[in-house]
Amino acid sequence: MATRSETLVKAAALRAMFERHGAAVAEPPILQPAETLLDLYGEDIRARAYVTSDALRGEQMLRPDFTVPVVQMHMADGADPARYTYAGEVFRRQEHDPDRANEFMQVGFEVFDRTDPAAADAEVFSLFAKALDGLALRPVTGDIGVLMAAVDGLDTTARRKHALMRHIWRPRRFRALLERFAGRTPMPASRSALLAGSVMSDAPLVGLRSEAEIEARIAALKEDAAAPVISAMQVDLIEALLDVREVMPHALNRLLDLAVDMPQIAGAVARVAAREQALRGQGVDTDALMFEASYGRASMEYYDGFVFGFRASARPDLPAIASGGRYDALTRRLGQGDAIPAVGGVMRPGLMLELEGAL
Amino acid sequence: MTLKLGVPSKGRLMEKTFDWFGARGINLARSGSDREYAGVVDGIENVSLILLSAGEIPRELAAGRIHLGVTGTDLIQEKLALWDQQVEPVEQLEFGHADLIIAVPTAWRDVDTLDDLDGAAAAFRAVHGFRMRIATKYHRLTRDFLRLAGVADYALVDSQGATEGTVKNETAEAIADITSSGETLRANHLKILSDGLILQSQATLWRSRVVDMDDADRASMAELNARLL
Repeated sequence: MATRSETLVKAAALRAMFERHGAAVAEPPILQPAETLLDLYGEDIRARAYVTSDALRGEQMLRPDFTVPVVQMHMADGADPARYTYAGEVFRRQEHDPDRANEFMQVGFEVFDRTDPAAADAEVFSLFAKALDGLALRPVTGDIGVLMAAVDGLDTTARRKHALMRHIWRPRRFRALLERFAGRTPMPASRSALLAGSVMSDAPLVGLRSEAEIEARIAALKEDAAAPVISAMQVDLIEALLDVREVMPHALNRLLDLAVDMPQIAGAVARVAAREQALRGQGVDTDALMFEASYGRASMEYYDGFVFGFRASARPDLPAIASGGRYDALTRRLGQGDAIPAVGGVMRPGLMLELEGAL
Repeated sequence: MTLKLGVPSKGRLMEKTFDWFGARGINLARSGSDREYAGVVDGIENVSLILLSAGEIPRELAAGRIHLGVTGTDLIQEKLALWDQQVEPVEQLEFGHADLIIAVPTAWRDVDTLDDLDGAAAAFRAVHGFRMRIATKYHRLTRDFLRLAGVADYALVDSQGATEGTVKNETAEAIADITSSGETLRANHLKILSDGLILQSQATLWRSRVVDMDDADRASMAELNARLL
């Protein structure tokens, strides 16, 4: 294990590298207002972040990541375009795995640039690849935007698409919903009874949720039951898409094939192709670079396009040494009506030193 | 050294625990006045009685400050991360049965399953501008359960007592709480989701896995085990 001062030195060197690349240093406070993070992530964040409070400021969180405060800072008064770097501790509650650190150093780099998203993706990835050069790491890329485009283009109701989008980050729940909408799972008896109009209640209604809300949901459920199922072909195509897991050239071929039957993903696939070109232009060997269509889905994140991670080949027990991606939608949510394409990533100097020590 | 046995310090749980040990020839009693939290053990050597709040027993077992303790499965699993590495169930005592469940207003005829709860929560958030609130004191168990079920758009609000009343008081829309007969739920116009059982709990005798024991302690533990089983 690297000592804290060794890790600090490493973090400073990495941050200086990003500064030389033109990034401004961002230094958000360790204590962050809990409200923004809770609003973004919901209850899940409480299982992952330390929450504290005082009588004056209310609930605060020990910074679980830098991206959200950096986006807030940028959206409030950032230059356009802008590049930021930072180094500091983040804090993650660990209740299931005692071997995972609950406090560790992170160094990050974030790019806010409207001009050429593919070039910005390639810039971030290739800088990370250079910084991590020499460590036995296995990079993986993906693109959440392709799956989102596939869902958006399904021939079904807006309500079903919205339900699938809402659970795109929860693979099991996503699959269960897809199967239901495809008519592959039997309807629960209670739902059939409700739709048949045979569920009554004479209990007084307590609480904030009103009778009108109950009726609106029943109407929506009836409408849904009357809508045609999502065809088996469409479900198979989504599943085929999620199974794409090959080196970049083969993966692109698969995606282009799928786009013939799913024209709605053509734009997203073209963005993957443009990124591949840009990565190649930055000297990345894309012939050996993995692309996994479902990569990054299971983690609670805000990425909605390009995603990447670097894992230690010989240490599957370690979390990703570096990871990142594109989060355009996050800038819209935190931008109060404003939005800007954004991509970035973080790396863990402590783990890098641990791997260097093992060389 | 003596083996320290932690027992809930008051109420039915204490009485029933005393009865359970008494039926096995080990007499536990409070010493002195009713107000004094000290205990005496009769019928076995080298075991001392520690009276504690049931909620503190998990922590004391995990810290190795008591060797054995009686408390509910619900409190062990809520309060101890990786509980099965810290404590081991010795015997289920067949009383103090209670289910930790998710309940919603009975009048919500459109909500019967967790899938419904998720759908209703999404619609609720769109209408009210905040997440559906679920009142509980079992934060970890409830959160893990809802995450596995894929329920989103809810927020837990802390309720340390009278949780069934939070819906009527409009400080929560649903609850996650312990129930044994369901009587209090019905009286507050709440129903249990058909797949809303988080955990079945009962009073259980636990052994700490982390406590230090010498040979005399081990002998006492063996003797105690032989008497209890």
